[in-house]
Amino acid sequence: MLQLDRLRIVQGDFTLTADLQVPGGVCVAVMGASGDGKSTLLAAIAGFLEPATGRVVWDGEDITGRAPAKRPIAMLFQDQNLFPHLTVQQNLMLVLRQRGRATEAERARVAEALAHVGLTGLEARKPGALSGGQQSRVAVARVLLQDKPLWLLDEPFAALGPALKQEMLDLVAREAADRGATVLMVSHDPADAARIAPLCLLVAEGAVTGPEDTRSVLADPPPALRRYLGG
Amino acid sequence: MAPRAEPVTRWPGGLAVALVLTLLLGPVLAVLLRAEGTGALGPGDWAAIRFTLVQAILSAGLSVLLAIPVARALTRRRFPGRALLITLLGAPFILPVIVAILGLLAVFGRSGVLSTVLGWVGLPPVQIYGLHGVVLAHVFFNLPLATRLILQGWQAIPAERLRLAASLGFAPGTTFRVLEWPMLRAVVPGAALVIFVICLSSFAVALTLGGGPRATTVELAIYQAFRFDFDLGKAARLALVQLALAGGAALIALRVAVPAAFGAGLDRRIDRFDPPSRRLWAQDVVSLIAVSLFLLGPLAVIVIEGVGQLPALPDSVWRAAGHSIRVALGSTALCLALAVPLAALGVWGGGVATLSIALSPLVLGTGAFLILQPVANPVALALPVTAVVNALMGLPFAVRALQPELAAVRADYGRLSRALGLQGVAWWRWVGVPRLARPLGFAAGLVAALSMGDLGVIALFADPDRATLPLQMYRLMGSYQQGAAAGAALLLLALSLGLFWIFDQGGRRYAAA
Repeated sequence: MLQLDRLRIVQGDFTLTADLQVPGGVCVAVMGASGDGKSTLLAAIAGFLEPATGRVVWDGEDITGRAPAKRPIAMLFQDQNLFPHLTVQQNLMLVLRQRGRATEAERARVAEALAHVGLTGLEARKPGALSGGQQSRVAVARVLLQDKPLWLLDEPFAALGPALKQEMLDLVAREAADRGATVLMVSHDPADAARIAPLCLLVAEGAVTGPEDTRSVLADPPPALRRYLGG
Repeated sequence: MAPRAEPVTRWPGGLAVALVLTLLLGPVLAVLLRAEGTGALGPGDWAAIRFTLVQAILSAGLSVLLAIPVARALTRRRFPGRALLITLLGAPFILPVIVAILGLLAVFGRSGVLSTVLGWVGLPPVQIYGLHGVVLAHVFFNLPLATRLILQGWQAIPAERLRLAASLGFAPGTTFRVLEWPMLRAVVPGAALVIFVICLSSFAVALTLGGGPRATTVELAIYQAFRFDFDLGKAARLALVQLALAGGAALIALRVAVPAAFGAGLDRRIDRFDPPSRRLWAQDVVSLIAVSLFLLGPLAVIVIEGVGQLPALPDSVWRAAGHSIRVALGSTALCLALAVPLAALGVWGGGVATLSIALSPLVLGTGAFLILQPVANPVALALPVTAVVNALMGLPFAVRALQPELAAVRADYGRLSRALGLQGVAWWRWVGVPRLARPLGFAAGLVAALSMGDLGVIALFADPDRATLPLQMYRLMGSYQQGAAAGAALLLLALSLGLFWIFDQGGRRYAAA
């Protein structure tokens, strides 16, 4: 369970507050207009931003002061999810070991993760030699290898076409469900949320609220969200 | 408090700052302490100051004045070999000074090519020693730099302006007045100032082409106080003068917006719409041919005269070459070890690295001698001291080559690195070195070549057993062994350019792999 305990994030004259709990093992959409602070919220949970006050708590443990890599969190960014000069194998292996030679067992784990995302045998390629969809799959494979209970998705598939994006979201939802991971997913598109996220958080006017049932929110959006969705 | 876990660890930067400040300011302090109470400046000292200023002003003025038509011709004309010529304009930066001087002597000296030609028509040979020789050599080194700086200015004029000028039917004079003159007014003073600062610390040129009471720079006077009078107090006093001159000028130069000295993108294509003019065409052709002859002639003579001498080079030259390679590799290693953490510190580190621009090699050398003398035999440490001073002199260039690239890598991959917990040694192995291979190779090549060709501190310290190749070459020239000197010059030229090429290419290959 993720708990945001009276969290207050300040960036210049922008303030965002959150005081809520997200149950474990579900997929949660983070919705709101652009510039309202969805990415800021994720950055604070992941440890890239220091909150002014309040705590980030995972399963009863305060993780507010920890470095990003020491948190129970795997994150996919909007871009730059892979190092372009390293092969797929090297990119993935960084999760398992950063010095010394890889063991046979570690190679097998990398191959297994690649098999999960449907990229068997592409270990030796560099990201530049992969399509956009394949690059996204490598990034998802890395999330699988990181083996963390909380996944943060900051619109990593925004640059893909609609069909490919749905495919990737389905892949993430399936793998997360298999592993019992909690997913927090920033989304511009209510269709994405409806597709894989039963719950949603709303970011509007400097506050994060929720979680609420995605379907009922989309059926009868609150005023701030209505203005954003239009109609 | 959330830890700001930067992928690049900070403490090596702090260590590098402390080390650089100690290495730079320690000698300055030693000079200050020694110079105190050793009397006022004598008439000879004032003459040296006057000569230093006069030659620097003349060199800077002539360099930019001659560079303007060359830069204009390079902007206006497209021809085969243009890119090569622009690349060659960057070469004097890594060309050993003493090699160029031998080449200039072979062309402009008493028994050089020019004098021989003049002799055919019954004219007396030309004289190269003295003020005009010093200025000639400085123009040889700085005309290319000035050309590159002014060329950048020309290429910064937006193509749309030139198109508008063409559609309004501007005559060449009008284009010059409306577009080119304002650009030159903005660029030329900065370029001249950079060259002025460089020429203030001239040592090797003054050592070989100057000398005597009427053509001695302050740097040369420090050397003479050392070697001929062995008057350390006088050397320290002169070092203080040099410190004030170069430091003051560097401060002024930093305040005036100085254009970047080197960088990519010099070959951007800009379509010009100048009306065809036979007179302008002739001007440009003459400028380009003249500058090519001026720059390549001396080097061609070195190659031609040196090749035959290579098999017969004395052992002393090979031994000196071995010393030089070791010094060059040592100072490259030290320089990069300091430059990388300094570059990681950002503006702060860049500032510390730039300090050495204000300190001339001989000031540092004098200070180092004063510090070492009570505890060790400075002469025995000639080569290590030279390597350290060369590393410090290369530092501004290395940091400048690395800093923007490092900032870009951190902006692009800092978050991902932190998410994966990549830091310290592992970060450098997987991200830093592979992403920075190109600028690292370039910086290493630059410093290695500069150090290889340096004739500065080593002249202060050396005894016959511990010469570097440039110093050995200078000794051969001094003892009228012109053949061996030409052979040594060719060897030195090949080693300097070769070291640069190996490092630069190594970086590129690694980055591409």
